[in-house]
Amino acid sequence: MLILRCPYCGIDADETELTPGGEAHITRAGPGSSDAEFEAYLFLRENPKGVHFERWRHSYGCGKWFHAARCTATNEVFGTYSAQVTAPPKELCQKISGKRPGWLSRWLS
Amino acid sequence: MSGRLPTGGRLIDRRLPVEFTFNGKRMEGLEGDTLASALMANGQRLVGRSFKYHRPRGVVASGAEEPNALLTTGHGRREEPNQRATTTELFAGLEARSQNHWPSLEFDIGALNARLSRFLTAGFYYKMFMWPRAFWKHVYEPVIRQSAGLGPAPNARDADIYEHSYATVDVLVIGGGVAGLIAAQSAAAAGARVMLIEQTAAWGGRAMVDGAVIEGQGAEPWVEATTEALAARENVDLRPRTMGAGVYDHGYVLAYERLCDHDPQDGAPRHRLWKIRARQIVTATGAIERPLAFAGNDLPGVMLASAIRDYVVNWGVHAGARTVIVTNNDDAYRTALTLLDAGLDVPAILDARDEVTGALPDEARARGIRVEAGAGIAKVKGAAKVEGVAVCRQGGDGTVTEEIACDAVAMSGGWSPVVHLWSHPGGKLVWNADHALFAPDPDAAPKGADGQPFVIPAGAAAGPGDAGFTTTHALASGAEAGAEAARRTGHKAKAVKPPMADDPAEGPLTPVWVMPQGATPEARGKMWLDFQNDVKVSDVEQAAREGYQSVEHTKRYTTLGMATDQGKLSNINGLAILADSLGEPIPEVGTTTFRPPYTPISMGAIGGEARGALFQPVRRTPVHDWHEANGAHWEPVGHWRRPYTFLREGESVEQAVQREVRNTREAVGLLDASTLGKILVRGPDAGAFLDMMYTNMMSTLPPGRCRYGLMCSENGFLIDDGVVARIDEESWLCHTTTGGADRIHAHMEEWLQTEWWDMKVFTANITEQYAQFAVVGPEARNLLEDIGGMDLSAEALPFMHWAEGQIGGFDTRVFRISFSGELSYEIAVPAGQGRAFWDRLLSVGKPYGIMPYGTEALHIMRAEKGFIMIGDETDGTVIPQDLGLNWAISKKKADFLGKRAQERTHMADPGRWQLVGLRTLNGSVLEDGAYAIGEGRNANGQQSVEGRVTSTYFSPTLGRGIAMGLVREGPNRMGEILQFTRIGAAPVEARIVSPVFYDPDGERQNG
Amino acid sequence: MAETTSALPGARFDGAVLIEEAGLRGMITLKGDLAATRLHSAATGVAGVDFPGQGEANCVGEHGLCWMAPDELLILVPYARAAEDSAAIATALAGTHHLVTNVSDARVIFTAAGPAAREVLAKLTPADLHPDSFRPGQFRRTRLAQAPAAYWMRDAETFEIIAFRSMAAYVFDLLVGAANPAAPVGRY
Repeated sequence: MLILRCPYCGIDADETELTPGGEAHITRAGPGSSDAEFEAYLFLRENPKGVHFERWRHSYGCGKWFHAARCTATNEVFGTYSAQVTAPPKELCQKISGKRPGWLSRWLS
Repeated sequence: MSGRLPTGGRLIDRRLPVEFTFNGKRMEGLEGDTLASALMANGQRLVGRSFKYHRPRGVVASGAEEPNALLTTGHGRREEPNQRATTTELFAGLEARSQNHWPSLEFDIGALNARLSRFLTAGFYYKMFMWPRAFWKHVYEPVIRQSAGLGPAPNARDADIYEHSYATVDVLVIGGGVAGLIAAQSAAAAGARVMLIEQTAAWGGRAMVDGAVIEGQGAEPWVEATTEALAARENVDLRPRTMGAGVYDHGYVLAYERLCDHDPQDGAPRHRLWKIRARQIVTATGAIERPLAFAGNDLPGVMLASAIRDYVVNWGVHAGARTVIVTNNDDAYRTALTLLDAGLDVPAILDARDEVTGALPDEARARGIRVEAGAGIAKVKGAAKVEGVAVCRQGGDGTVTEEIACDAVAMSGGWSPVVHLWSHPGGKLVWNADHALFAPDPDAAPKGADGQPFVIPAGAAAGPGDAGFTTTHALASGAEAGAEAARRTGHKAKAVKPPMADDPAEGPLTPVWVMPQGATPEARGKMWLDFQNDVKVSDVEQAAREGYQSVEHTKRYTTLGMATDQGKLSNINGLAILADSLGEPIPEVGTTTFRPPYTPISMGAIGGEARGALFQPVRRTPVHDWHEANGAHWEPVGHWRRPYTFLREGESVEQAVQREVRNTREAVGLLDASTLGKILVRGPDAGAFLDMMYTNMMSTLPPGRCRYGLMCSENGFLIDDGVVARIDEESWLCHTTTGGADRIHAHMEEWLQTEWWDMKVFTANITEQYAQFAVVGPEARNLLEDIGGMDLSAEALPFMHWAEGQIGGFDTRVFRISFSGELSYEIAVPAGQGRAFWDRLLSVGKPYGIMPYGTEALHIMRAEKGFIMIGDETDGTVIPQDLGLNWAISKKKADFLGKRAQERTHMADPGRWQLVGLRTLNGSVLEDGAYAIGEGRNANGQQSVEGRVTSTYFSPTLGRGIAMGLVREGPNRMGEILQFTRIGAAPVEARIVSPVFYDPDGERQNG
Repeated sequence: MAETTSALPGARFDGAVLIEEAGLRGMITLKGDLAATRLHSAATGVAGVDFPGQGEANCVGEHGLCWMAPDELLILVPYARAAEDSAAIATALAGTHHLVTNVSDARVIFTAAGPAAREVLAKLTPADLHPDSFRPGQFRRTRLAQAPAAYWMRDAETFEIIAFRSMAAYVFDLLVGAANPAAPVGRY
C-alpha cells in the first residue's frame, strides 16, 4: 500500500486516494503513423524489475496527474514530479543512478 | 475431574464464577479464564477431532498458535466457527461446540479415516481424486469433503457491527511483553508519536510465567509501573486485545482490535480494523515453542511445556497430575519447577541431550526430579488420552527401556522467534545453528518508500541474545529498538536504561527433529508435525522421496502449514525433516512465505462499515424521495438508483412499462434525467480540444445550438455519447451517459494534463449542480406554456437548440433534444429547486395526463427510433462505423481520439458486424444476446454465427417485438431472413430491416 | 427565487459528536491562474478573507476561500449571493483564461462537532488527523469511506465536511455510524 507525495498539493497521499495510470512518457502516435509506431504507442509497455516511471492521478484530492519514479521490486520511491514533461528530470535520474549504480534507462543518455 | 488447582492463577478472579456450555453441557469457569483454561478446569481434555483422520485432539498451546482447539461459539446471528479456545476470553453464557465429528465428539464415525490413513498420505488429493471419474460426484465431493473440514459456515446474518479506524504514527510497537513495553518507553521518551498494541488482554508477555526477575523481584511490578507510565503519556496509544495482522509496503499495518469478543453486546462494534501508517515498526512479537516429533505426540494431554506452565501460573489449571517432561533444552525445566511448586508430580524429565548442565536442570535435580539424559519418548501410551510414555534412547531405534505412567506430557523442542510481521514486507531471515531457529537478518530489513529499513525486531522476536532468550536481552534490545525507531523518525533519542534483570545461565540446546533419531517407519507415521492438517513426519519424507525439493512445493503437496494456524508450530520442524530427507542443510531449504493475517480475522472487520445500506454509495437525484414514495421499481445505474418504472396498484412491471411508453407517445411523460453527466469545458482552446475528444466537429457549433457527439478511446472504440451544447464563445456543456460523468471528466482531464497541457482549457464536472427533467410527448409544449415564462415555440426554440430563462419562476436551461422521437424539452434547474420544479410539472401537467416514466420506457422509445445505447450496442469492441454513425464522424478533421485506430485493417474490414433492425416474422420478442446462426462450423467445431442481438423489446407502439443487432455486412443485406438462437427452444426467424421502426422522418420530434 | 432545499434538510445525529447538515451554502468553483493579482482580488473581493496558500482554507462564518488545486479555488459565500458573486467574478476576470461556475447546489455540507470529532472522522478517512498534522486553517480533499469529500476545521473541535449532493445520505449514514457513542476510540 503505497504513499506517494502529490507534487501539486504536497500531500502524502494514500494509495487509496490515487488512481494508477501505467507507464509514463509515452509518445502519442496519431494519424499518419505507421502500424508499428501505433502498436508501440497503444500496446507496448516496459515491465522492468527495478526503476520504473509511471503515471498517477491524485483522484480523491486535487485531481492532478503526476509522475512517480518507483522501484517495482522494493517500492522505493525516488521522487514524484510534474506530468507536464516528456522526460524525467535530470536531477532525478542522477539521484536514481546514485542509488542504483548500473541502472540502465533510455532516459540516462 | 477438576483441573483447577487450589491456589494460583494470576489472571483469574476466584470470587467471580462464569457459567458457559460446551456441547450443551453446563460448565463453570472463572472471570479471567480463556475458553481453553475453563475447559481444562472442567477436566475436558478432548476438544475436537483432527481434520483428516478425525483423531481425538486436546489443547496443545496457550495462545494464537493453537492448532487443535478450534470451536464453534455462539448460535444464530452470533454463531462463529473455528474460534481458537486459547484466545477466546470466557464470558457468562458463552456457548461452545466442538467441530468435525459425527455423531458426537466421543464417538466419531469419521475416525474410520484413520484406518484408511494409508490412502490419505501426502498428495492424496492429487493421486486419489483423479479416478474413477464417477467417484467425483458420488464419493469424493459428498463424503470426503463432509468428513474433512472445519466448522460449518453460519447461515444467519451477523448480528454485530464493525468499524475501521485510521492512524498515522511515528513508531508502532507490536507486542506488549517486556521488550515491547520498554521499546514504547524509549520511543515515547524521545517525543515520538507511539502506538503499542498487544494481541492479548494482558501486558507483560511471558515474563511473569517464565519467572523473570527484574530489579530483584518478579516482573509484575515493573510491567505495571511501565504500563501505567505509558498510559499517562499523551504521545502513546496503548491498545490491548489488538493483534498486528499484517505489515505491508510503506509502513502500512493492519491491526485487529477485538472490542467485544469478551463481552458481546448489541450496538457496540465487535471488532475494529486499524489501518495504520507507521514510519517505523518495532516487532516485539516474542517466540513460539516448537513441539517434538515422537510417536503419539498428538494425543490429548501432550502439550507444549510452556503452555502447561502458562495454564498453571496464569489460570491455576493443570493438564494432568503426573506430567512427564520431554525436552532438548533448559527452558522446559521451568515447567517442571512450576509443576512442583503447584504440588504436582513430575515423574521424570526425558532430556534428549547427552549432557545436561545449566542452572535450571541443577535446580530440578536438587529438588528431587529424575532427569534422564540422552532419553526420548518411543511412544505415548493411551488411546484417547495420555496414560504413560514408553522411554527410549534418543540416539537409538526406539527400543523401549522402560515405561512411565503419567497423564500429561510436556514437550519442548526449543523456541522459534515470531518473524511473521518482519517477513510480510520482505524482511529476510538467517539461520541460527546454535539455537536451531530462523531469526530476522538485521542486514536485510524490509525497506520503505525512502529505501531505508522500517522494521526493527526486538526481544525474543529478534532471536536470542548472547546468553539465549533472556529477560536481560529482551529489555536491552527493546530499549534500543524503541530509541532507534525514534531516531529514524527524526527524534533525538537515547535508549532508556533497562532495569536490572537476573537470568539463570542456560545450557545449549541440541536440535531434535525426530525422536528417537533412528525411529522406524511405523513410528514416523505416528509423529505429527502439523496437528491441524494432519501432516506427519512420514508425509514429508514421502514427498521428498517422490521428488519434491522446494519447501514451497512440499508445503502444498503435503498441506504442511496450510491450515488456519499457518504452521506456527509445524513449519520449522517440517522443513528440518525435509532438509534431512534431501540431505541438505536447513538454511539451503529455506522457509515458506509468511502471509498476512498473522491469525485469522473476521470478515466483518474487513468489511467495516461497508455493509447493508452502506455497502456501496448510492447516489440519489434531487427527486429520489418522490420516486421512492411513488412506486419506483429501482434499477442501479453506476452508483445511481434510477426508477426502471413506476408501479401502480395491481400492475406488473411489464404493464407499467407499456403504460408509460403509450402515455408518453400519446400525451406527455416526465423523465428524471438528472443523472446524465454535465461537464463544462471553457477556454480559448476549448473548441480545438473538443474536436479532439469527439469524432465530430464541435468547434463549429454556434452558441445556442446542440449537437449529438461520439467519444472514442485511442483504440477507436466508442466509449460514450451525448449532446453537446455551445454556451458562449468560450464555453461548451458536454452531456455524458449516466454512468459516464466521472469517467469522461477524468478522461478529458487526463488528455489536458498529460498530453495537451499547452491548451488553454478548464473543465468542471457540474453534473450535480442541476436537476434535469425531460418533458416528452405531444402535449409537452402545451404543458410548459401553461406554466409560462419562456417562449418555447418551434420558431423560438427549434429542435437541437437551447435557451436560458425562467419557467414558472424557476431558473432553467431548456434543451430541445429528444431521445424518444417525441416533441421533447430537457430542462435543467439548480438541484435545490429540483423537487419543487418536478412537483410543479406534475400538478400543471395533470390535465394533460402527465405520467413519470422510467428507464425501461426510455429504452424502448429510443429503440423504436433506432437510437443506440452505450453498453447495449457497444461493448468495448464496437466502433461508431459499426453502428451506422459515419455521419457523426468528421471527415475534415486531421485528428481526433480514435481516428488512427479506426484506420487499422480490421476496423476498416467491410465484413464487420454492423447495426441493423431485426423484425421477427411471427412478431415475437428475440432473446437478449441471441446469435444469428451462420453456415457451417468454426475452427473450434462450434456452430458458426454471423451476428447477435444487442437490444430487444416488446414495442407497445408497434404491438410487436423489435430488436437491434450487429450482423455481418448487415446494412447490405436488408430483407434477408436470419435464424436467431433461443435458449432451450428452436431458433426463430427474423428479417433484417432498418433500425428506425418509428417516425423515420422525425416529424414528431421536430414539430 | 423558487423554493430551494438543501440535500438533506434537518439531518442531525447527536452521538459521540453532533452531526448536522449545515443547510444551504453558496459555493463557487473558480479555476484560473492562482498567482494572478486580478484573480486574487476577485476572489478575496467576494469572500472577504485572505487568499489561501497551498492546502489551506480561510473560512469565517459563511464566507471562505479553500485551496482545491494549484489552479482551483472553492469560494464560500451565503447561498443567496452565489449567483451574483459568480457573475461578479466573471466580469472581473473577463479577458483572462478562467472558469467560474456556481456549484452551490452540487454539494452537501455537514458539521461534526465535539471533542471526539477527530477520531470520528478518522474512522472514515485515510488522512492523518492528529492535531500535529491537521489544524484549523488547513483543507483536505480526500475520501470518507467510498465517497469523495473535503473538510476543514472551523475550530479545534468542529469539522466542516463537503461532499457531492447525490451522496448526502450515504455520507450522513457514514458519519452517524462513526459517531456511534458505543464505539469510543480514545486516541485523540
